[in-house]
Amino acid sequence: MIELNGISKSFKVARRSSGMKNAIKALFHREYTHVQALQDISFSIEPGEIVGYIGPNGAGKSTTIKIMSGILVPDSGSCRILGYTPWQDRVNYVKQIGVVFGQRTQLWWDVPVIDSFDLLRDIYDVSPQAYRDNLDLLTETLDLTGIIQTPVRQLSLGQRMRCEIAASLLHSPDILFLDEPTIGLDAVSKIAVRDFIRTINRERGVTVILTTHDMHDIEALAKRIIMIGRGKLLVDGKLDELRDRFGRRKTMTVDYEQHPGRMFAPPELPGVEVANWSKDRAVIHVDTVQSRISDVINVISSQVELLDVTVESQPIEEIILDLYKEYEL
Amino acid sequence: MMRSYGSLFRLRFNNGLQYRTAALAGVATQFFWGMILIMVYRAFYAMADGASMPMSLPQIVTYIWLQQAFLTFIMLWHRDNELFQLITTGNIAYELCRPTDLYTFWYAKLLAQRLSSALLRCSPILIFAWFLPSPYELSPPPDLSALILFVVSLLLGLLVLVSISMFIYISVFYTMSPVGSLLMFNVVGEFLAGMVIPVPLMPDWLQRIVVVLPFRWTADFPFRVFSGHIGYHEALSGIMVQLVWLICLILLGKLAMRRALTRVVVQGG
Amino acid sequence: MRLFVRYLSILFRSQMQYRTSFWLLSLGQFFIPLSVFAGLYFLFERFGQLQGWTFFEVALCFAVIHMAFSLSECFARGFDSFSTLVASGDFDRLLVRPRSTVLQVLGSKFEFTRIGRLLQSVIVLVWACANLAVDWSLLKLMTLLLMVLSGVFIFTGIFILAATMCFWTIQGLEVASIFTDGGREMAQYPLHIYEGWVRRFFTFIIPFGCVNYLPLLFILDRTEGRDLLYAISPLAGILFIIPCLLIWRFGVRHYRSTGS
Repeated sequence: MIELNGISKSFKVARRSSGMKNAIKALFHREYTHVQALQDISFSIEPGEIVGYIGPNGAGKSTTIKIMSGILVPDSGSCRILGYTPWQDRVNYVKQIGVVFGQRTQLWWDVPVIDSFDLLRDIYDVSPQAYRDNLDLLTETLDLTGIIQTPVRQLSLGQRMRCEIAASLLHSPDILFLDEPTIGLDAVSKIAVRDFIRTINRERGVTVILTTHDMHDIEALAKRIIMIGRGKLLVDGKLDELRDRFGRRKTMTVDYEQHPGRMFAPPELPGVEVANWSKDRAVIHVDTVQSRISDVINVISSQVELLDVTVESQPIEEIILDLYKEYEL
Repeated sequence: MMRSYGSLFRLRFNNGLQYRTAALAGVATQFFWGMILIMVYRAFYAMADGASMPMSLPQIVTYIWLQQAFLTFIMLWHRDNELFQLITTGNIAYELCRPTDLYTFWYAKLLAQRLSSALLRCSPILIFAWFLPSPYELSPPPDLSALILFVVSLLLGLLVLVSISMFIYISVFYTMSPVGSLLMFNVVGEFLAGMVIPVPLMPDWLQRIVVVLPFRWTADFPFRVFSGHIGYHEALSGIMVQLVWLICLILLGKLAMRRALTRVVVQGG
Repeated sequence: MRLFVRYLSILFRSQMQYRTSFWLLSLGQFFIPLSVFAGLYFLFERFGQLQGWTFFEVALCFAVIHMAFSLSECFARGFDSFSTLVASGDFDRLLVRPRSTVLQVLGSKFEFTRIGRLLQSVIVLVWACANLAVDWSLLKLMTLLLMVLSGVFIFTGIFILAATMCFWTIQGLEVASIFTDGGREMAQYPLHIYEGWVRRFFTFIIPFGCVNYLPLLFILDRTEGRDLLYAISPLAGILFIIPCLLIWRFGVRHYRSTGS
């Protein structure tokens, strides 16, 4: 239901150099540099997906979101979302989507949250029944009962973010764009937000497109990742596939007991690297393409008495960083 | 000690000079205002007996152009929010930690801002006004002594004005709200300085009040010295009065500030 | 529309949180035009008349313009302070909502403190009308109402134009104030007293003449026969806002194709 095809967008950025002479020159002749923010971006998203849209800063994530929400008009390419072209029939299209900008607020600052909600209901023309149902659901699942009467300026960041997300869902949109929703939140709030997103996706079928730098968000929510770098689409695939393809490195933590004559020594297997070891614990990195975990365990158990073994997959962060390195971002 | 005030002065001055586009727009605005005001006065004088009026039309025209050119020298509040924020947020603590007398520090700052702002704007306006066709033109002073006295009285007027404006900032220590301190004071003060209409055109009863207050010495006095409306001897004695006001206002200001600061320290900011 | 009233009420409650500041600012807004009016009064004391116009005739003109200005400053404040909206990126927030941009910008800010100026000009209006020897009829009252309405539209139009400039550059906003504040100062006197080119500009380009001069002639029975034309001339002022809105839409389109 979301389809982008060959979307390209470039900006003219005025160049400003320092110094008196350049400032005077600038009065008469402006120099512009051409920035290609997006180049031939194409992907499609089915209803009900949660997609993580990632990339380093300046890659073009916000630009894509702005185009998809109808704010920005691209230079070329086509985009159909829910049967609309976002920037053309803006007023009608926008009724079906919700947007949360992480660092900016859509609530009115000095009045209680509920007043902002009521006004949004009128702006979006939500029927009283639907509004009440949504409000009840959102208040309960996001735990807003205590704060809904408080002016926004008195809320903590975590509380405010929960209200922002609620506000963006009052009109039952089919698609939710989240731009850095967990930025600056404490651990408890982050978990609450993630749980909530999973819930509405599962129970209401809301399609979620999430931009974030927090890889734990990705791990918790997104089954699919689209990665963009310097305006180009680099990766588009399921998270599990990525993990299998790039996440071949696993980390083993082995607890053991040493006895005289039975000491630990780094296993001589290809792709095995011992990060550190002490008299009762070793941390070992294994490249699972080159050696199997079971082989490594066998070697070590023949050396010492194994007490406990933990195997962890490579964290997403590292996978992404490797990807960045590979594409030289 | 004086060097630190000097460098602060220079810093603020250069800072002010940077706002060229804003200055240009400001020049255009003031020019337009001047034209409108002159046209209105022209209409007033059109059917009146010019000779029986306390000021002639050319003198009024000169007054208006000087008003516009030196606006930053005579407007009571010069858009400085920085000091207000310092006081209301309590960041004043940083200022107090510096080894300078706060009154002089802020005085130098305000003075520099006004001077740099005026420097950018006064010449274009004066030059344009000079070359306008009659009756909009700026008329020259009657003689050199008038010009010299004008410059002296203008600068003294500026010093007096800054010392008056210091009271606005000091009052914020008590009210903790820049709005309340500003508005009424601003409106009344500017009126009494001759900003809305020149003092000689005010009714007699009002003029008697105005001469006792310090405000008129900032705008009304120097401008009328320029046009020769105020004669040589009167100008000299006026300058003396300016000096007296200046000394009194500064002394009072320093006293008030010290009181306010002790209050701040006692309350913990 | 009901939505507009909703915007009004939420902003009103917002500003009521800061009660003292509200009253102080309103008080200031009362005294600022009062000091201008006082100057006017004193000048009339000395000169007796303004190129044939008496004090109360000019006072009527003054009142109408200041009423129009204060009302438009109150309602169109969103456009007046549009530069902050664009600079902070909050305009994007408006583009994501299913309502017209004009309505939302109007609804983004109300400056209720302008009520001070409104009160002052209403008092002047009442005083002037009480002292003018005018043969009041229904048509004249309607004309008076239209004058104020027309002025509101003109000032709002200028605010919209100034805001549209923000799509291209933040600077140069002060130039717009030449036409808002300057326009107000100029139009508070009957247009007749100004030079030819001023009169022509402010009758045909920014039609203040249709607000303060032509209808005024009608009310004071100086129209030399063309009664109806002068009486409905404020409508021209109302039409002024149409090109302003068109330019606004052009500005929004530019913003949406070049980003912020």
